Amino acid sequence: MLLIECPYCGERPEPEFVYGGQAHIARPRRPADLGAQQWADYLYRRDNLRGVHAERWRHTHGCGRFFNALRDTTTDHFLATYKVGESPPDGGRAGR
Amino acid sequence: MRSFSGLSLLLSGLCGQRNWRPQWRHPEPKPTYDALIVGGGGHGLGAAYYLASEHRLSNVAVLEKGWIGGGNTGRNTTIIRSNYLFPESAALYDHAVKLWEDLSQALNYNVMFSQRGVMMLAHTVHDVQVLKRHVHANRAAGVDNEWLTPEEAQAFCPLLNIGAIRYPVVGAALQRRGGTARHDAVAWGYARAADALGVDILENCEVTAIRRDASGAVEGVETTRGSIRAPRIGVAAAGHTSVIMRMAGVDLPLESYPLQALVSEPVKPVFPCVVMSNTIHAYISQSDKGELVIGAGTDAYTSYTQRGGLHITSHALEAICELFPVFRRMRMLRSWGGIVDLTPDRSPIIAKTPVPGLYVNCGWGTGGFKATPGSAHVFAWTIARDEPHPLNAPFTIERFRDGDLIDEAAAAAVAH
Repeated sequence: MLLIECPYCGERPEPEFVYGGQAHIARPRRPADLGAQQWADYLYRRDNLRGVHAERWRHTHGCGRFFNALRDTTTDHFLATYKVGESPPDGGRAGR
Repeated sequence: MRSFSGLSLLLSGLCGQRNWRPQWRHPEPKPTYDALIVGGGGHGLGAAYYLASEHRLSNVAVLEKGWIGGGNTGRNTTIIRSNYLFPESAALYDHAVKLWEDLSQALNYNVMFSQRGVMMLAHTVHDVQVLKRHVHANRAAGVDNEWLTPEEAQAFCPLLNIGAIRYPVVGAALQRRGGTARHDAVAWGYARAADALGVDILENCEVTAIRRDASGAVEGVETTRGSIRAPRIGVAAAGHTSVIMRMAGVDLPLESYPLQALVSEPVKPVFPCVVMSNTIHAYISQSDKGELVIGAGTDAYTSYTQRGGLHITSHALEAICELFPVFRRMRMLRSWGGIVDLTPDRSPIIAKTPVPGLYVNCGWGTGGFKATPGSAHVFAWTIARDEPHPLNAPFTIERFRDGDLIDEAAAAAVAH
């Protein structure tokens, strides 16, 4: 069980949270202009990184808010959590 | 290859079991092969075997970064069934069941395939509707599946508690041709048979790069045991498929999650079949060694750690204890995790890729073991002929672009 630090509530056990998948995937601004491949990429393509992964979590059974986290998928250690709208603390290097 | 028979086993017993030899070679990598398979699990070893046995392509190597069968082939709960909802899935998985039925004979290696029946429990009205739909769809497609009343379910599995529980059993779907097999024997049997046909099995050989020529086609790989050239590369790397395919510049709609399982201390035969419950999420069978083999769900987050949270296994055990109160005092012996690659529609991808000469067999998610022979068979066909077998033709990468999903995820409503 992971111990996850909610940026609003502090450290809480994993069952209080719901995983929200890869972070920083922007919804297309003009959906009508997208081709089939671009839609497929937006909906389905994920980095699935082996290493530091930027991801969303929601503190469902706490404050109810979404936030982002950097987690190493080879160890499950959290490097950082940060609020929605903030840049990743590593300057966005995760996975690159 | 020394052929096994009842007589050969008896003779080994008479000479004190001292005449056993390694069942496959440990060769040095050759500089060039006609085809490479990346991933030495059941699907990869099987593909190499069928390349050699059915497509006369024996200058083949299987590259495995650890030891063969040490990934998900050795980490699953060995359940075999083909009662999937959609015609494409049912056809592919039933192809596998038919191959399972003759596999021990074909490989001259006992994979201990046991058609003891797989029973899927219904606990709610919704379950009844979904499972009955599966029964009817399967029967229309020529796949056996039958509906049982709670009393019939209990008669088939006498330890089952159908009444005094939070989610009473209100019916069940039974596939009698389903069952279990010995997972290690599947890897070993395919390895031994492929090796006998000339396939090189290269263990401790991790692929670190995929080389492509000026036209974009694959021309070989870099490994921890040196460079190897080949014009065709088939990737069957399960949870690590995204990592391998990115080496060739191919992105796939996959996410890798931990899936856990556990076994109890061994006991005398008490459990005659396989029982699965999607609603309260647990599945259970008993191995021939006597251990109860119990499957849990996936963890919530993507990971490559091959381990997961204790609350996930606890949840599965709570469900098992409800359904089978007799097991409440059993002790669990071991638990482990495997990394499974999930597609958005929970159906596999067995296909050509945009890179010429590169083929992929992935996305089996939480249920790839059952498909091993069928998957390997059609993957070998795809590699040998550079076109899909009719059974895997729908399982493309492009289906996610074109909207041709084979949406077993929606059909099962849980991992399956």
